Amino acid sequence: MKKTGVVYDGYPSKEELEQSPGFPNTCSLSKGTKAVIECVQNIPCNPCEAACPYGAITIGDNITNLPILDVEKCIGCGNCVAPCPGLAIFTVNMNYSDTEAAIEFPFEYFPLPNKGDIVDAVNRAGEIMCKGTIIGIRSAKVFANTNVIKIAVPKEFADIVRSIKRLPRK
Amino acid sequence: MKNFETEVAIIGAGSAGLCAGIQAANAGAKVMIFDENHLPGGQLFKQIHKFFGSREHRAGIRGYEIGKQLLDEVEKSGADVHLNSVVYGIFDGNTLGVVEGDNHYSVKAKKIIIASGGKENYLPFKGSTLPGVMGAGAAQTMVNVNRVLPGKEVIMVGSGNVGLIVSYQLMQAGANVKAIVEAAPSIGGYGVHASKICRAGVPIKVRHTVLEAYGENEVEGAVVAELDENWNVVPGSEQNIACDTICLAVGLNPMSELAYIAGCEMTYIPLLGGHVPMHDENLETTVPGIYVAGDVTGVEEASTAMEEGNLAGISVARALGLINDEEGKEIADNFRNRMLNLRSGAFGEGRRIAKATQVEAFNEFQAKEGAK
Ligand SMILES: Cc1cc2nc3c(=O)[nH]c(=O)nc-3n(C[C@H](O)[C@H](O)[C@H](O)COP(=O)(O)OP(=O)(O)OC[C@H]3O[C@@H](n4cnc5c(N)ncnc54)[C@H](O)[C@@H]3O)c2cc1C
Ligand code: SF4
Ligand code: SF4
Repeated sequence: MKKTGVVYDGYPSKEELEQSPGFPNTCSLSKGTKAVIECVQNIPCNPCEAACPYGAITIGDNITNLPILDVEKCIGCGNCVAPCPGLAIFTVNMNYSDTEAAIEFPFEYFPLPNKGDIVDAVNRAGEIMCKGTIIGIRSAKVFANTNVIKIAVPKEFADIVRSIKRLPRK
Repeated sequence: MKNFETEVAIIGAGSAGLCAGIQAANAGAKVMIFDENHLPGGQLFKQIHKFFGSREHRAGIRGYEIGKQLLDEVEKSGADVHLNSVVYGIFDGNTLGVVEGDNHYSVKAKKIIIASGGKENYLPFKGSTLPGVMGAGAAQTMVNVNRVLPGKEVIMVGSGNVGLIVSYQLMQAGANVKAIVEAAPSIGGYGVHASKICRAGVPIKVRHTVLEAYGENEVEGAVVAELDENWNVVPGSEQNIACDTICLAVGLNPMSELAYIAGCEMTYIPLLGGHVPMHDENLETTVPGIYVAGDVTGVEEASTAMEEGNLAGISVARALGLINDEEGKEIADNFRNRMLNLRSGAFGEGRRIAKATQVEAFNEFQAKEGAK
């Protein structure tokens, strides 16, 4: 049988995500916008901890610990998305509208999409899953050239869509 | 030929050399740093991605920004940086031969720190000499330093962090990466780097290799095939993938030749990239007064290279009597603890053990010499 998981496929499996302490469960996600941290290996890294102004992310003294998300403290502001060098943090708002969820993700390719554009939304493997509407683009100076894009997709894709297809260069 | 004298001479102005220079010069030493390139920073200025590590290691900051910060600190410290300056040898254990531009001179130093970094491994296969086959580091220099795209359709060989990061940066520069090919059964680099490549739709093919590069006068494609459990090609699995560039990211090895020429005893540690100089816990080699720091003494990361540079810098300052020993020991212990912290977890544990073996090799060698 083909083995699955981040070291074989390049992206974490459902099980790996569910077992990691930075990945909020469905119940927490129903309570409002939350960070979704998809960082499942013990790598020496900790900028996410300091990036959260609400103290919702903890790594501790041992920097190879996995980031732990305190869903009660997390208000879903998205300030942790751009500072993560692994581009591994997203936010998910399950209740953007009756039918749509909103997903924020880091994006470091040119050209950038424009607000209102309808684009191809992709899953963790880069496969096109559905169309999505760009509803926000944040490019603050402190983000140091990482743009944070917000996209609205049908609710059933909230746990699936993680980026958009790169746009063609002119 | 002119002869100069200094207290501390440092070979290499990468993360390790610059940090060593800052520490030694801040402690009051007269420091000269030599680098063969026209810009200082070593690997750092090629790295446009945000770095890992802890906040103390400037994690989350892009590599070239870290380089700029270090250069500022070097300038303030008063260390003297000589660019376009190749160190071609170390003589009598204390004198460097230097060619700076058209000038040729020697530098006699009380302490020498070798921080010459590493170089890329090569992988031979049929057609691997065709134009279009290149090291991933070379491709990275072209894109990020010289702003030239080496090609439009790329196959990357190797899924370590270098292969993953350079693939990402080639896409940022506008190229397409057709596939990452990895002979091992699993991906070598960090999952988070692999994940961002996957989101861009690039297949990472584990247990696959490049058999051949084909093309008339330059690369037009590659034959990629699957490997079985015994690393043999699975018959019939060969496929042609059209591409104009094949990048090799198959590891780095320490550039330890200068240490070897200077008479430093070496030890072979595959996990650190090959032949590395033995050293004690202050990074001093078996040749008294010659220290090593960074990738030259085991290929690791910029964060560990910076800490080793810090430690080497403090160690020479202590040896020169520039800081009181109690205080010096405390600072050195702090750098050592930060390194232990970096060398932990799934990706660091092996390196922690390997580095300990390197110090053990030094101790064993000294014990044997002492017994003679
Ligand atoms: C693609 C890539 C991505 C990376 N990403 C990260 C990351 O995200 N985080 C991280 O921590 N690390 C990362 N690294 C690793 C990091 O860049 C290196 O580990 C680090 O730069 C090593 O520093 P150094 O000072 O030992 O060597 P270098 O930076 O290589 O500097 C050595 C310098 O010495 C010069 N030199 C050598 N011999 C001589 C001589 N005889 N005379 C004069 N000058 C000489 C060289 O030209 C060079 O400028 C990455 C490396 C690569 C290739
Ligand atoms: S989304 Fe905001 S509150 Fe939640 S973890 Fe990130 S920075 Fe903290
Ligand atoms: S900053 Fe990102 S990659 Fe680093 S530990 Fe936090 S989530 Fe993981």
